[in-house]
Amino acid sequence: MSRVLRYIGQRLLLTIPMLLILLTVVFLLLRVMPGDPVSAMLGGRNISAEVLESYRVRLGFDKPVFAQYGEYLGGIVRGDFGESLRTGKPVLQELFTRFPATIELAIWGMLVAMIFGFTSGVLAATRADKLTDHGVRVFHITSFAMPLFWLGLMFQVFFCVKLGWFPVAGRIGGRLAFEFQSITGFYVLDAIIHWDGRALLDILSHLVLPAITLGIALTGLQGRMSRASMLEILDQDYITTARAKGVPERRVVLQHALRNALIPIITVFGLQFAVLMGGAVLTETVFSWPGIASYLVRSIEARDYPAIQGSIVFIAIFISLVNLIVDIFYSVIDPRVRY
Amino acid sequence: MRRSKQPRNSEAALDTTPRSPLAALFLWVVQVVSRSRRALQGQTILKIGIVIVLAFVVMTVIANIFPSMNGYDPALYRDAPRLEGPTLSHWMGTDQLQRDVFSRILSGGYASLIVAFSAVALSMTVGSVLGWISGFAGGWLDRILSLTMDAIYSFPSMILAIVLVAMFGSGIMPMVWAVGFVYIPTYFRVTRAEVLQVRETTYVEAIRAVGASNTRIILRHVAPNTINAIMAVSSFNLADAILTVAALSFLGFGLPPPAPDWGFDIQNGQKFLQSGAWWLITFPGLMIIFLSLGFGLIGEGISDLVNPRRKRKRKKI
Amino acid sequence: MTEQGNLLEVHELKKHFPIQQKLFSREHAAVKAVDGINLTIREGETLGLVGESGCGKTTAGRAILRLVKPTSGEVRFRSNRVPAAEDDGIDVAAASRSQMKILRREMQIIFQDPYSSLNPRMTVGAIIAEPMTVHGLAVRRDRQSRVEAALAAVGLRQEHMRRFPHEFSGGQRQRIGIARALVLDPRLIVCDEPVSALDVSIQAQVLNLLEDLQRDLELTYLFIAHDLSVVKHISERVAVMYLGKIVELAETSDLFAQPKHPYTEALVSAVPVPDPDFHADRILLEGDVPSPIDPPPGCAFHPRCRYAEPICSEQIPPLRDFGGRHFAACHLAEKLTLQAIDTGENTSEDATDDGGASREVA
Repeated sequence: MSRVLRYIGQRLLLTIPMLLILLTVVFLLLRVMPGDPVSAMLGGRNISAEVLESYRVRLGFDKPVFAQYGEYLGGIVRGDFGESLRTGKPVLQELFTRFPATIELAIWGMLVAMIFGFTSGVLAATRADKLTDHGVRVFHITSFAMPLFWLGLMFQVFFCVKLGWFPVAGRIGGRLAFEFQSITGFYVLDAIIHWDGRALLDILSHLVLPAITLGIALTGLQGRMSRASMLEILDQDYITTARAKGVPERRVVLQHALRNALIPIITVFGLQFAVLMGGAVLTETVFSWPGIASYLVRSIEARDYPAIQGSIVFIAIFISLVNLIVDIFYSVIDPRVRY
Repeated sequence: MRRSKQPRNSEAALDTTPRSPLAALFLWVVQVVSRSRRALQGQTILKIGIVIVLAFVVMTVIANIFPSMNGYDPALYRDAPRLEGPTLSHWMGTDQLQRDVFSRILSGGYASLIVAFSAVALSMTVGSVLGWISGFAGGWLDRILSLTMDAIYSFPSMILAIVLVAMFGSGIMPMVWAVGFVYIPTYFRVTRAEVLQVRETTYVEAIRAVGASNTRIILRHVAPNTINAIMAVSSFNLADAILTVAALSFLGFGLPPPAPDWGFDIQNGQKFLQSGAWWLITFPGLMIIFLSLGFGLIGEGISDLVNPRRKRKRKKI
Repeated sequence: MTEQGNLLEVHELKKHFPIQQKLFSREHAAVKAVDGINLTIREGETLGLVGESGCGKTTAGRAILRLVKPTSGEVRFRSNRVPAAEDDGIDVAAASRSQMKILRREMQIIFQDPYSSLNPRMTVGAIIAEPMTVHGLAVRRDRQSRVEAALAAVGLRQEHMRRFPHEFSGGQRQRIGIARALVLDPRLIVCDEPVSALDVSIQAQVLNLLEDLQRDLELTYLFIAHDLSVVKHISERVAVMYLGKIVELAETSDLFAQPKHPYTEALVSAVPVPDPDFHADRILLEGDVPSPIDPPPGCAFHPRCRYAEPICSEQIPPLRDFGGRHFAACHLAEKLTLQAIDTGENTSEDATDDGGASREVA
């Protein structure tokens, strides 16, 4: 157990500099880039010098770089991400409000990816080089090539407009949106807590298309990885032993092989999460999903500088945390990692 | 020049230092081409991918030089019916400004291809050189660079690209910088991993025993042995870049109208979603998919070639 | 400091690899791969260096060539090319960069693994020619003829120049490696287990090649191996290493006829002798080789030594001269009569009578 603690300590020691570097890179990109960030932000429209200057002061650009850096880091540590130019509210607060929506979408997207990606990969591995295998591989390769925003739009055109099966946008339908009391921020969970079947159904119907769209982002990756690792595992001696003992093939696969095939996927969970966040930008935009990714896009469109900076910092911190947790979790599962 | 692996005269076989960089490049290209032709026997996936990509490139080049090739100018045509689905005269329909969708499709790959190739070239160069140096040198330089690259790599590329483009403005060059920056860590990691491996090989030790300088070792021994990995990654990278560029255009950071662009057209089509004008969205999207797929197939083909596990099935070179 | 006729003299050479300690520890543990060795090689001679895996012989070879920077000690080499070399040679371990570059032409190495010691992307001709390019020697045409000469010397054909390493067998690749080592006209070649990775039938061919080359080109070899029978064949003198130290050093015939260190005795007993009437006790050592990070106190071999006495665990035995260029590092060397094998003459007397080694402890 102490080894795990020691590993946690080591990882923390690694995470902090990395996070610091990331935040510094963000700072450099947002503030120190050649050219004038402020006028670039304001879109190069014809703005009077006074207005430009007032923005500059307001955003803190008039101070020397190191002072800006200090304020930047200080604000992050204090939890002060500034106020949105658009709404006037504290950025952090707005982010926290919208955060659960993105997480909920991400979780369901991950589930979709596991259903479509992981299982298809495993299936393909068990029927290697046959028609099923080739078909599945084509499926995976196509998922890699799929523009998420297009897929979302196509879903909308066919399933929402033409067929009317699903709603086009948002998390919850019109009237229910007024009545629904969210406790956790995770609507599905809330609907269950309220024991409200009608709300649950509505919420799920809003979730289906965005979740599938986002899930495709990971399907190719998971599918390919699970197929490759499954192939390797099935080649191993201990599988051959199980077969020689007469264990039925299904049990061989399910009990012995599957668990080990899962491991590489867990290892790259951090990477997958980054992909999910990137995909969320497009998915949330297309489906008007009120998460932090669409918040970022809106902020960019509105040139809302503090909101942009705040969102990026938020995402950076969150990703670092996720990576840390995944690494620790992985070290608990796989003892080899701790050394 | 004779297209075989063995240079014609023995002198050329000894030629370890070609006289000029240009000659070196040419020699390298010839080597690659001649080796490829033999190696590509039976590599269907790779060939399909190459065919697709070449087709797109040719199509885009021609369509941009002769925009009105099929009778309709993608930017200007005004006599057409408005917002009509695919018909015999307009194979892919028209948009709300009465432009022919098909002709926009043909020329719409311009931004995607230019940005993708340029950005990947940029990332490849910067990332690989940094990877060679960092992997070879080791020590604190390596630690800091690796940490920085890991930090950037862990951050969602799409978000980073969007923010960069927002800062740099829209258009081709900003997209090149943005997308180019985002992919640097990918090449850094791949190259560095290969360098770490190559660095420990006995043949590097052997040439060190002869007294070769570090520069020579990197250029002549380490770098060439990392090319395989770089090539495989580039293809997948290009596939990804196409998607990223399309997304950036979709969000409004690409070429300004009325330039034909797939991503932009999709965004345009989004406005008419409710009225069911599916053709505005479907066709540009299909183009993106196929082009990206082409690069992906090339990547699969290359990694099949290089992957030792597969060598069982291939014919010996 | 170098005797006349000595090409190489190694004094107290050490190579310690520090181990990365945990963040706040004060101690600096180190792998003492080479822990103070002394040896000399005469010009034209072959010195065999044997020992188990992990005893440090490979590191020693590399430290002598300064492929690995020695931690301390001296490696005096009587160079012909370095201008500043005094009569007694130059210390390789302390040489400057420019001196090193010149020295590299005189000291070369042949590696153990023929599969990884050649750059797979270069033609054989390019591989062999590269040392010349590095040193800026010879114009293209000259280079080519020298490559041809090198190939001929190792028994390969001219057209092999244009081929790539993967087209050759292990034995042939080793020849290519030898050709590469020869092309700069070196005087000393460190052979790092050059035949260990080859089939037995090929081993003989390569060994014979090495011997022929030594004769024709007046080469000096440091021949590192773990197989005593190979070493016996090719070396005039043999040094036995254990855990970073040399425990015995003697002429080959002396080593086998009169081993003075128990470890040598054990190694020697394992060498097959082609005589059906010869029976020897195969001495099996118990236990594992201790870790070079934390060697046993006193004589490093004492935990596994069947003759060990209290003094062996207290004092490190120095390498002592027993006359006739025979050195051994054992406190009990005078007292023990160890089992030997013959290099040819008497077979029965020593070994078979007692049915084993006659060991007396006075």
